[in-house]
Amino acid sequence: MTELKHTPLNATHRALNARMVDFGGWDMPVNYGSQIDEHQAVRGDAGMFDVSHMCVVDFTGARARAFFEYAIANNVGKLQTPGRALYSCLLNEHGGVIDDLIVYFFSDDFFRVVVNAGTAEKDIAWFNRLNAEHGFGLAITPRRDFAIVAVQGPNARAKVWQVLPSARDATEPLKPFNAAQVSVPPYGDLTIARTGYTGEDGFEIIVPAAQVAPFWQALQAAGVRPCGLGARDTLRLEAGMNLYGQDMDEEVSPLDAGLAWTVDLASDRPFVGRDALERDGARQDFVGLILQKENGKAGGVLRAHQKVRTPHGEGEITSGTFSPSMQESIAFARVPKGVRVGDIVQVQIRDKALPASVVKLPFVRNGKVLAA
Amino acid sequence: MSNVPADLKYTEEHEWVRTEADGTVTVGITDHAQETLGDIVFLELPAVGKAITVGDAIGVVESVKAASDIYSPVSGEIVAVNEALVDTPDAVNQDAYASWLFKVKLGASASLDKLLDADGYQKLVG
Repeated sequence: MTELKHTPLNATHRALNARMVDFGGWDMPVNYGSQIDEHQAVRGDAGMFDVSHMCVVDFTGARARAFFEYAIANNVGKLQTPGRALYSCLLNEHGGVIDDLIVYFFSDDFFRVVVNAGTAEKDIAWFNRLNAEHGFGLAITPRRDFAIVAVQGPNARAKVWQVLPSARDATEPLKPFNAAQVSVPPYGDLTIARTGYTGEDGFEIIVPAAQVAPFWQALQAAGVRPCGLGARDTLRLEAGMNLYGQDMDEEVSPLDAGLAWTVDLASDRPFVGRDALERDGARQDFVGLILQKENGKAGGVLRAHQKVRTPHGEGEITSGTFSPSMQESIAFARVPKGVRVGDIVQVQIRDKALPASVVKLPFVRNGKVLAA
Repeated sequence: MSNVPADLKYTEEHEWVRTEADGTVTVGITDHAQETLGDIVFLELPAVGKAITVGDAIGVVESVKAASDIYSPVSGEIVAVNEALVDTPDAVNQDAYASWLFKVKLGASASLDKLLDADGYQKLVG
């Protein structure tokens, strides 16, 4: 057995009595007591997550833009003003998803990417291969000297400014999916991005690893509640956001995973995986499900890999959970084409087939339940 | 550290078993189990009258995180289930030992000898 990897906040989590779990080889907090209370803190106030297991990778060189135009599926042309961020899939030649990531544009010779923890090594090898095979000549540098803290919730930005008053002027005008680089003593050079994985407002903040523990403590003193990966999962599911490895992977096309909106087939830009996507098209639909109650009671909880029976054939749940905001069980499912919003489908939970309604994603956004 | 009351018996599947004055046994899940599962949101309990054998999967506890089977710790017949708990499954998180799941009338050949005592269970959960 290999030793679990630690983020720079590991001792901080343990001092807070977090329940730690092995998350893809990382020793991470799943909760600090109640996952549901942490979830509600983010929906109603402000919570923070240690996401330092994710990896910052810097790309420098004159042909950085050309590299991303070739390497990623979303429209890099949207990255025109410094600090602009873009969510994208990284595809293989077969149109399968190697990873999903956020790429930040800072200048034509400096882009920064944040990739998932479990895929980081694979991604970096892939980036290096594309860089070498096509002669882009970039320097590609994984930055394990950084930690990342996501501060999320309706009061998240205000609480960050309490801790970083001098960063307010640079970060208050940021629109969603924009970032600023700010130097704030004693924490050092920070990248503050108005992004997140919860469906709430907030920032994701890249912090020098050596300074992240005092930064976390200052946020906590400002009333930001530490939240674990458990709440992160229920929040992202309610927000209709995919999880790599569960909702899509190298065998799944982004067009079958609800990610067609991130794939730039409108321009004539060639990118890795494009030919396969155009050849195969979308073969399945990706929908939300809400488990129906009978006599006011649900008959279980929707979970990944449960089978979904529809009049058009069989589908499968990719992610499911109990939604603390809705007090119902919700899921994402990949289903045959032809299934429509409003349809009732049957989900096999243990020995029972239970009815679920098909809804449009997301379920919840900015504290409000949208799907019913 | 989990709470492991000295007067109960335990299974390796993290259930507690209490012998009542009338000879029936009451079954629940341990404090360690609720802590590991996290917020509990759904319970499926066996029907009253059901005949059960040690090791049968006879119910389900689901938390926000995961589904987990409840195994029969003894052989016999279900004589009562805690229906009120089905409506407030988070009560298990508040007090696992007050939140009983079901009661069993032991079968003629049933034995509690294989169950762990508090020391044995404490060693199991560390």
